[in-house]
Amino acid sequence: MKTAIRFAAALALALPAAAHAHDAWMRPSSTVLSGTDSWITVDAAVGNDKFYFNHAPLRLDNLVIVAPDGKPAEAQNQNRGKLRSTFDLQLSQTGTYRIAVVNDGVFARWKQDGQPKRYFGKPDGLAAAVPAQAQELEISQSLGRVETFATAGKPSPLQPVGKGLELVPVTHPNDLYAGETATFQMMLDGKPAAALDVAIVPGGSRYRDQINEIEVTTGQDGKFQVQWPQPGLYWVEARAEDDRTSVPKASKRRLSYSATLEVLQP
Amino acid sequence: MRKLLLSALLAGLIARTAQAADLGLNIEIPRLDVAEYHRPYVAIWLENPDQSVAADLAVWYDVAKKNNEGAEWLKDMRQWWRRSGRNQQFPVDGVSGATRPAGRHELAFAGGGKPLADLKPGRYAVVVEAAREVGGRELVRVPFDWPPAQAEHLSAQGEHELGAIAVNLKP
Repeated sequence: MKTAIRFAAALALALPAAAHAHDAWMRPSSTVLSGTDSWITVDAAVGNDKFYFNHAPLRLDNLVIVAPDGKPAEAQNQNRGKLRSTFDLQLSQTGTYRIAVVNDGVFARWKQDGQPKRYFGKPDGLAAAVPAQAQELEISQSLGRVETFATAGKPSPLQPVGKGLELVPVTHPNDLYAGETATFQMMLDGKPAAALDVAIVPGGSRYRDQINEIEVTTGQDGKFQVQWPQPGLYWVEARAEDDRTSVPKASKRRLSYSATLEVLQP
Repeated sequence: MRKLLLSALLAGLIARTAQAADLGLNIEIPRLDVAEYHRPYVAIWLENPDQSVAADLAVWYDVAKKNNEGAEWLKDMRQWWRRSGRNQQFPVDGVSGATRPAGRHELAFAGGGKPLADLKPGRYAVVVEAAREVGGRELVRVPFDWPPAQAEHLSAQGEHELGAIAVNLKP
């Protein structure tokens, strides 16, 4: 039981949409690399301040890395610390690696003998967790993607995932420069996500007084543009909610997306 | 008809001039009074007005390191890496070379040879970018017209990683 609670709590942290409390992000050591067989190391954490480790590590159970050839790549030296998780990745191919933590789960709450109960986790564990006599049962699905990109040599095209909320590059995510304007397209289940609010947060807030968040809204084609004010790391985030659920009895689906992008000095 | 012939003839002449013109470079790597000095990586290329690369002229880096490990820091010449370097395999024949010491370095490119023979008439810039381990990075641009109508001596001055950059054009 204790483990179950711990698991649920940790999963809640890994599912910012469900928790509605803290943001999740990754912080790659490099995003643009030359040479062959280079390594990067990536930190992953949950917390409000980008990109400072001051709250909790991001669980890496659902870490999915796609190599430039479209095949999965393996993270090395995974570790979960008190404030951040870390892993290493060797870029043995030329091109762009997509590094993502994808959480696909359900959140249920109900009352049993007057007591509030809840369940966070995989959909297949739901049936066992919820008793038949559960009252006021509410089930929602959660699909979230937290990702970043790194490129060795020439940037290679990224294939859309087609599931959940995602950012599809028009400008390549490893070809971003201060002063230039980048274009991206937000997609929901592979279709343009129109009129979606996107928040863009520059890192380094500890050394200034304002968050300096950039707020944009996607057009009818799901596209948005951003002119990068200065070089550095940026956190790009969007959320959505709909009723296209796949779990029986789930009333709604919460979707979230966030990416860490590095903008270089030209 | 005669006009057409004449312009064809002229065009031929210009094309031949373009091939005959020469480009000379003098690149100064400054002597720096620093505790830990490493020779800079330097990339020298010809740039189109839209900042795309017309031709690479030279890339000086740690070519002799085993397993091509010197290529790991090529990205620090970030403008060149974006515009040209990342599209190539290293070392590049006729372009890659060892790092050079502080001092003046003379480079000569004959109009009939690569890459000038393929250079269309137009506006270009010689771009020199230097990046140094435990040091800084600097980029210097010298615009010029090709082919040159007359002998020209153009120059620019770097501030910390590069010294005087001279471009000598000979029709």
